[in-house]
Amino acid sequence: MAGRARFAFTVLCFAYAFLYLPIALVIVYSFNASRLVTVWAGFSLHWWQALLHNEAMLSAAWLSLRIALVSATLSALLGLAAGYVLARVGRFPGRTLFGSLVIAPMVMPEVVMGISMLLLFVGSQQVLGGPDRGFLTIVVAHTTFSLSFVAIVIQARLADFDRSLEEAAMDLGATPWSTFRTITLPLIAPAIGSGWLLAFTLSLDDLIMTQFVAGAATQTLPMRVYSSVRLGVDPQINVLATLIVAVAAAALAVSARLTRRR
Amino acid sequence: MRAVIALPFLWLAVFFLLPFVLVLAIAFGINAPDSAPPVELGWNLGNFKLLFTDDLYVAAWLSSLRIAATSMLAALLLGYPMAYAIVRARPERRPILLMLVVLPFWTSFLIRVYAWMGLLAENGILNQVLRWSGLDAHPGTILGTEWAVHLGIVYGYLPFMVLPLYATLEKLDWSLLEAAADLGATPIERFLTVTLPLSRPGIVAGCLMVFIPAVGEFVIPDLLGGTGTLMIGKVLWDEFFTNADWPIASAVAICLLVLLVGPIALFQRQQAKSLERP
Repeated sequence: MAGRARFAFTVLCFAYAFLYLPIALVIVYSFNASRLVTVWAGFSLHWWQALLHNEAMLSAAWLSLRIALVSATLSALLGLAAGYVLARVGRFPGRTLFGSLVIAPMVMPEVVMGISMLLLFVGSQQVLGGPDRGFLTIVVAHTTFSLSFVAIVIQARLADFDRSLEEAAMDLGATPWSTFRTITLPLIAPAIGSGWLLAFTLSLDDLIMTQFVAGAATQTLPMRVYSSVRLGVDPQINVLATLIVAVAAAALAVSARLTRRR
Repeated sequence: MRAVIALPFLWLAVFFLLPFVLVLAIAFGINAPDSAPPVELGWNLGNFKLLFTDDLYVAAWLSSLRIAATSMLAALLLGYPMAYAIVRARPERRPILLMLVVLPFWTSFLIRVYAWMGLLAENGILNQVLRWSGLDAHPGTILGTEWAVHLGIVYGYLPFMVLPLYATLEKLDWSLLEAAADLGATPIERFLTVTLPLSRPGIVAGCLMVFIPAVGEFVIPDLLGGTGTLMIGKVLWDEFFTNADWPIASAVAICLLVLLVGPIALFQRQQAKSLERP
């Protein structure tokens, strides 16, 4: 047994080092005085100040945050409906197609979804005269793939608890809607919360679909980051990475607390 | 209730299903650089013919499949012992161990790929350590090779491998292993005849969640692979953004979709089964 425990410990040490060493180095080098990201020249907050005065990066971040807020909320609503249907509605015409449509965006290569979304928006511009590419089209694109992730989270949560509570409420004369509001919704509220957070993160991070549907005038944060790192390593990106890791860790802690409190 | 079904159904039909019809239509079109949008609709099979006869495209298809498959195997070889070790850890430690697997997924994918650029560059941290420690005075450069692409895919998609494996192993009935031991099976026999077959759903789900997106991956081959690595996602991107050839890019998308329809259907079946089981 001791041998097995040591094996497990070694595996985990190695795996977590693999996962976290690159991130840790990015964070360390955000405090580097040198412009060369690979040479350590002493501690400095220079790049932190530079990023905080980088107007282009800040406005891109602000745009990304607004897009993420709207698309996460839309995804949460649509994902809630889709997850509920998958877990609770047994039969209706087109159920198989519905199930496939909900799950497919999770694994569909993003370049394929990106080009198809763009062609849809170009087509609607030809036929309907709009919408112009920008904020709205990005929100629609992000919502379309994030809602799948929310739906899976909701479906898993609904499959977890037994239906007798809902059935009891219905037997006592509650309408389906009031059953949902007073029984189901409070039980799955934490799952909706973490689904929303997941959709928010996915939107904030998306590069490929955004690049396809953004149009010429719109630049989100990942688009800026991408055009900067294409040219090589840039210490300001290290600062940004440090901020993102800090926020993600905080968000995950909140989400874990939400799910644990039942 | 009808509205609850109709709302997400309509959304996905309009924004997910309908666009593929358009991609299919454009894929048979002709490139028209002077008009906007740069496409002339038609019935032109040339785009597809090119994809299967041009050496560059054929090489890109083959190397995408090869890189995705080997990265998937590497992720499985790393992810399986990891998931196993987490399941066997003390119950109070499991949530934090799992959270540490998920955390990178909540940070930016782009930034995690970027992290490897600084590590693997010619004057990067890895080479500096090698030189400084005297292990290798003239190390080669990993950045810009297929090795870097493999590494990036394993790194980027590892959480997708570990989570389904963990979910399956967690439900495993360990008394079966004790029974096998009582009947005289060695640890390796127990693993091969009990643990491995029972963890198959997790293996299938994890492998598909790595393989399918990896075939069409763009960011990793673009940032880590350099000009030497051909992958189909990057080809599609370049045809679209650099050459502005929409019909060819659409044809690539359609072929990618046809190629992945089997794995995606398998993934969906697996997903439906795992959620319907109580």
